[in-house]
Order: sequence, then C-alpha cells, then structure tokens
Amino acid sequence: MQSKISISNLNFYYGKDQALHDITLEIPERQVVAFIGPSGCGKSTFLRTLNRMNDTIPIAKVDGTVLIDGKDIYSNGTDVVALRRKVGMVFQKSNPFPKSIFENVAYGIRINQMHKNKADLHEQVEKALYDAALWDEVKDRLTTSAFGLSGGQQQRLCIARALAVQPEVILMDEPASALDPIATQKIEELIVELKKRYTIVIVTHNMQQAARVSDKTAFFMLGKLVEFNATQKMFTNPDEKLTEDYITGRFG
Amino acid sequence: MEHRIIDQQLNVLRDKILLLGGTTEAALHRAMQSLTTRDSPLAERVLEDDRIIDQMELEIDRLSVEILALQQPAAHDLRFVISVAKITPILERIADHASNIAQAALVLNNEPQLKNYIDLPIMAENAAEMLRNALDAFTSEDAETSRKVILQDKVIDKCYKRVFDELIEIMIDNPTTTTSAAHLLFVAKHLERIGDYVKDICELNVYLTEAAFIKHSPKI
Repeated sequence: MQSKISISNLNFYYGKDQALHDITLEIPERQVVAFIGPSGCGKSTFLRTLNRMNDTIPIAKVDGTVLIDGKDIYSNGTDVVALRRKVGMVFQKSNPFPKSIFENVAYGIRINQMHKNKADLHEQVEKALYDAALWDEVKDRLTTSAFGLSGGQQQRLCIARALAVQPEVILMDEPASALDPIATQKIEELIVELKKRYTIVIVTHNMQQAARVSDKTAFFMLGKLVEFNATQKMFTNPDEKLTEDYITGRFG
Repeated sequence: MEHRIIDQQLNVLRDKILLLGGTTEAALHRAMQSLTTRDSPLAERVLEDDRIIDQMELEIDRLSVEILALQQPAAHDLRFVISVAKITPILERIADHASNIAQAALVLNNEPQLKNYIDLPIMAENAAEMLRNALDAFTSEDAETSRKVILQDKVIDKCYKRVFDELIEIMIDNPTTTTSAAHLLFVAKHLERIGDYVKDICELNVYLTEAAFIKHSPKI
C-alpha cells in the first residue's frame, strides 16, 4: 500500500511544553487511519500538524518532517492555502457559514476559482453534496439557511464543503462526537464510502468507532505513539500491553 | 439502514457458513456412497476434502472474531455471529464423522461384504435429510422447522439400536466377522452422532430466530 503521508521524528511544542515526542508514522493512501488515546494525549495536535493548522498558534513549534506525496509540507515556500485545500478538515463541532446550504458548499469553489461558469458551479455543489450523502435531504431547500439543518446534516454539509475543493486527504477531528447514534452511523458509512477516493485520518474518543471505520489505528499516550497497527490486529491482539489496557478499559 | 458497514461482513459470513454446510452435506453423501457402492477412490476424496473443510472453519472463526471485535454487533446481528461461530465447529465435526465413515469404507471395501446394507443407508438418509433441513432452516430463520428436525433424531436413534443389536448378534454367531462388524458398528455410531450434532444446529437456529435457549430444556 502506497504511503500518502510520511511523518518522521515529529516533535511538537507549545512554548516549553512538548506535546508530541518523536512521532514516526506512515499513512497509506485511500485508507482510513484512526487516532485514539485519552484526552490530552496529543492526537488532535498531531492531526493538526498534517495540514499546518497549528501555524495559527503563535507559541507552537514543530520539528521533524511531514511528507505528503513526498513533499515536505513544512519546507520554505509551501503554499499553506494550497496545502489546506489538498488536506481538508472537518471539526468536532459543525461550523457552517451563516449562509445558505448552497453557498456553504459553493464558497470554496468560488474563492479558488474552480468553476467555469454558473452551471458548472451548480454541478460541483451538487456533486459535493451528493458525495457527502446529503443531496437527497437538501436538494429542495438549497437556498435556505444552513443553520436550519440538523446537527448530523450540518456535519455532512461541512464534509461536502471540504469535498467541494477537491482535496486528497480529509482530516476529521471527532466528527461524530456531538451526534446521536443514527447521525453517527451515517457519518461512519460516509467515511467508509469516501475512502475509495480519499485518504482519511480521523481522531476519535470512541474506540468502537475507530474499530468500525478504520483500516489502521494509532494509539497515543502522553504525546507518544504507543502502537500503530492494522485495526483488526489492534482490537483482537495488540502488540503493546498499554494498548490492551486502554482498549479494554483497564486504565487506572 | 440499507448500507450498514456490518451488513457486508455479515453477508460474507453467511455465504461462508452456507458453503461449509453444503460441503459437509456432500462429504456425508460421498462417504456413505463410498461404503454402499464399495467405491474406495470416492472414500479417498472425502478424506482429501476434509482439509478444505478445516480451512473453511478457520476462515469463519477469524471473520467471526473480527466482526465481534470491530463491529460490536447487537441484537439479531449478535445472535447471528454467535450462532455462526457455534454452528461452524459442529459442521466441522459432522465432516470429521463423514471422514471416519470413509476410513471405515476403505477397510470394509477390501473385505467380503458382511451383509446387505439396509438400515445404515436409512440412517444416513435420515441424517442427511436432517442436516439439509437444518441448514435450510438456518438460512430462512425458521424456528418451527428447526423444532421438527430435532424430533427427527429419534428415528435415527431407533435405527441405531436396531443396527447395534443386529451386528452384535452377527458377531456372536460368527466371531470371524468381528472386525468387519465392529467397523460397521462404528459407522452406525458416527451416523447416530451426526443426528445429535444436527440437533445442536437446530437449537442454535431457534436461538438465532427467537433468542430462546432450548438446549437442555425438556420443552422444545
């Protein structure tokens, strides 16, 4: 399986505090990789290093390398906007713009000038909504406010918004933690569907979710990568005792 | 609910156990045929196929564990995986009994035929029919048929008693027949055990369909 993202010896600091220690990890193309671990273990911080979202934190410092398709995203001259287009992100709390459903998805296409004309824009918006498994639910109300959608629908709208700018990698930070089981199931089904075309990295507190949707799982603790393994192996016979203790709830 | 992630894996599991069931049925049929038609190459084939059946069992074991660990099935899904995981080794053991019959055939086919095989084919037919009906009832989740199949085991037990008495008599009358008669006795015992195993499958069918444990219960 070809690597989409190669992380080597990555260290991350918030001022003097080191949040990530010497992480080395390969994220395979068109697979789902889940990051699990207790709160404060660094999994979200690590996820955010993959599209340089941590750049916005003034005291943050990174060393080590993150290669996406063989190119170091922390090298001088990296176009961070282009990087974030290529590596899209979906957050824990859905954050639609205070605009219509259509405009939420059209926004990224417009500012990146990815459409030829109005009809093409419509087509791209429809495709993104369709791919996010939302089209059927919103096709008759595209001009209404995105805030009128349910929590689960808003989250799928955010996924559609991320898909609209044609990314290659989608980072998801707890995408279903605020949703009920049915909306969660829809998101999980969507993740499994999307991995046919995208590389997906998902941070989740819900170990069962990691088990259900991911091909590989990384377990973090105290800023260190404890184990990275095939999900099937991780949840039936992990290599590390610490992983076993965590996934069986024996943590004290 | 149409595209649940777990559904695809449950369908694979269903296909695999039905294939195992069909292969086991074929093994039993061939084993008995190798005995009644004195076809030793066919008996050899049953022994060879047993290795395939063992591999099928391992695959189903692996997949069942994977589904339990990764998909956390609940309710009917959970009962389905549990039933499959419990029915699989039963089918594998039925296939082992078929292999044992084939082994007996290899010995008996080299000796003059002791007697006309009458009751043994009847027992085998009953066992095969029970197995077929049990597997059909599993597929269609038919608890009623499963309960009927359980009752059918009594026919096999009666037949076994008749064969047992007859073979003991033959041995007493003519001690030179002891080896062949003992092999036939084992064949009868294997068929009788297959009937018991099919009963176990039917009990699991009822569990799958109704979530009721009828094993060790006076009422079915």
